[in-house]
Amino acid sequence: MSAGGADLSALRVLVVGAGPAGTRAVETLLAHGVKPVVVDEAPRNGGQIYRQPPPGFRRPAKALYGFEAQKARRIHAVFAATEGTLDYRPETLVWNLSRNVAFTLDDNGLAELPYDALILATGAMDRTVPLPGWTTPGVFSLGGSQVALKYQGCAVGRRVAFLGTGPLLYLVAYQYARAGAGVAAVLDTASFGDGLRALPGLAASGTTLLKGLWYRERLRLAGIARKSRVTPLAIESDEGGERVTALRYRVGRGREKRLACDAVALGYGLKPETQLAELAGAELAFDGRTRQWLPAIDDDGRASAAGVYLAGDGAGIAGADAAELRGELAALALLADRAVTVSARRMVALRRRLARFARFRAALETAFPYPARLAPALPDETIVCRCEMIRAGEIRTAARELGATEMNRCKALTRLGMGRCQARLCGQVAAEILADATGLPLAAVGRLRGQGPIKPLPIRLAHLADEPAPGEAA
Amino acid sequence: MADGQLVRLTETERPAVTIHVDGAPLAALAGDTVLTALLTAGRRLRQAEFGDGARAGFCLMGACQDCWVFLETGGRLRACTTLVSEGLRLRTLDEPA
Repeated sequence: MSAGGADLSALRVLVVGAGPAGTRAVETLLAHGVKPVVVDEAPRNGGQIYRQPPPGFRRPAKALYGFEAQKARRIHAVFAATEGTLDYRPETLVWNLSRNVAFTLDDNGLAELPYDALILATGAMDRTVPLPGWTTPGVFSLGGSQVALKYQGCAVGRRVAFLGTGPLLYLVAYQYARAGAGVAAVLDTASFGDGLRALPGLAASGTTLLKGLWYRERLRLAGIARKSRVTPLAIESDEGGERVTALRYRVGRGREKRLACDAVALGYGLKPETQLAELAGAELAFDGRTRQWLPAIDDDGRASAAGVYLAGDGAGIAGADAAELRGELAALALLADRAVTVSARRMVALRRRLARFARFRAALETAFPYPARLAPALPDETIVCRCEMIRAGEIRTAARELGATEMNRCKALTRLGMGRCQARLCGQVAAEILADATGLPLAAVGRLRGQGPIKPLPIRLAHLADEPAPGEAA
Repeated sequence: MADGQLVRLTETERPAVTIHVDGAPLAALAGDTVLTALLTAGRRLRQAEFGDGARAGFCLMGACQDCWVFLETGGRLRACTTLVSEGLRLRTLDEPA
């Protein structure tokens, strides 16, 4: 079918990611007669926020997604309705992009997918800051702690300390308490004053603020201690280093405290997965407010590279509701750029609603600011790069004694970021430490360049890029 | 088991699946990830390559790659994104070169 006179039969559109943004993008393309190829790492659509448990789990949507159950069901329904008609490739990783070809890996091996236009809806992961002891078993990311509950029906410990900042901190702590898990305390690096300053902007959001207050009130009623202005100091473990025993911290300038716990859920907001955007040729720009490098996009999600569109938290954190709108808008922009008739009114309405989300996001960043003071204060012996075991002191030595003033130089000198996670966990934090050690602004020390493969390939397959490869667990 | 890191709170009525870890049988449930199966029964998934001790994964969403375990046959898998299957045989004690 062609829409608005444009011949779409030969147009190859690739959508990467099937969370709220990718799902709405797919739905929008289908509604205009374009059948995309959809690649997603998960077995079922929904992304992290609306992640569906494996077959055989029985909790209803309300138990899994709470207030967001209706939204989750709607997102899942979009893909259910396309069953058998859409070229949908779950459990498939796009590990590289080059010259309008996506390189994929699934259980059957490697494949190449040429495309004319690309929508990246790659999502986000937890933004964490290391602390001494954080590699001990029992320390998990905050989002991961939520995944354990949502996807597996498990708590990450018997007495879990929630450490970090942001709305997710309170949400997951509440979900744990409600599921009967032991919550040791909620320790927030933000201050009450941060929250007050953000209040006008948050109030404009209506229900989101109310939900946040409701989670906090529920935690209070459950008798769970909540501290703000927290500075985390260290995670203590038993002699063998195999189990968490306590979290040491300070409130404001107060004396050191010790919270007994057997697990820590750690997260200071989210960071976008920008690796594929970068490989697709999208320029990144430094965002001073969140102290992160984000893909440069226009209001509709167009990246600086032609034919590349970004949507959802992978294009800068704005949350799941905004992600649905951004997915639709990016798809409409793609279609409009291909001379397909789309509703200009709908695009205007989406932009207007997204502008409201942007104001709300700014207020959230004020209420729960990324604690930039933590990374520069880390003791030298703190492991920053978990994969290659690079400590904070080695970054400082590279800066002060070896003249590293830029992140890629720091990487070459220390091996930081060369490991299997491809700097997802250490890159931003190392930049904060390097900037502090050199006295340069954070933007000036740059960032680690993304490169393929963005996730490790099975060693056997990496040599076989042009040959059919036998299945191998990845 | 009593001494796992992870605690099952709900959804425990799933069929049993037996996997083998370092030669010993381990009872799991259908739909468990390998990480869930190992960490409801124990405290770690592996030793870090560079000698800083035990690791048990971190992100649980396929990003950090800290949860790799090895098949007896030598291949590796990411424990947080791989579901258990009957007959799965793993080793966690050392990593093949």
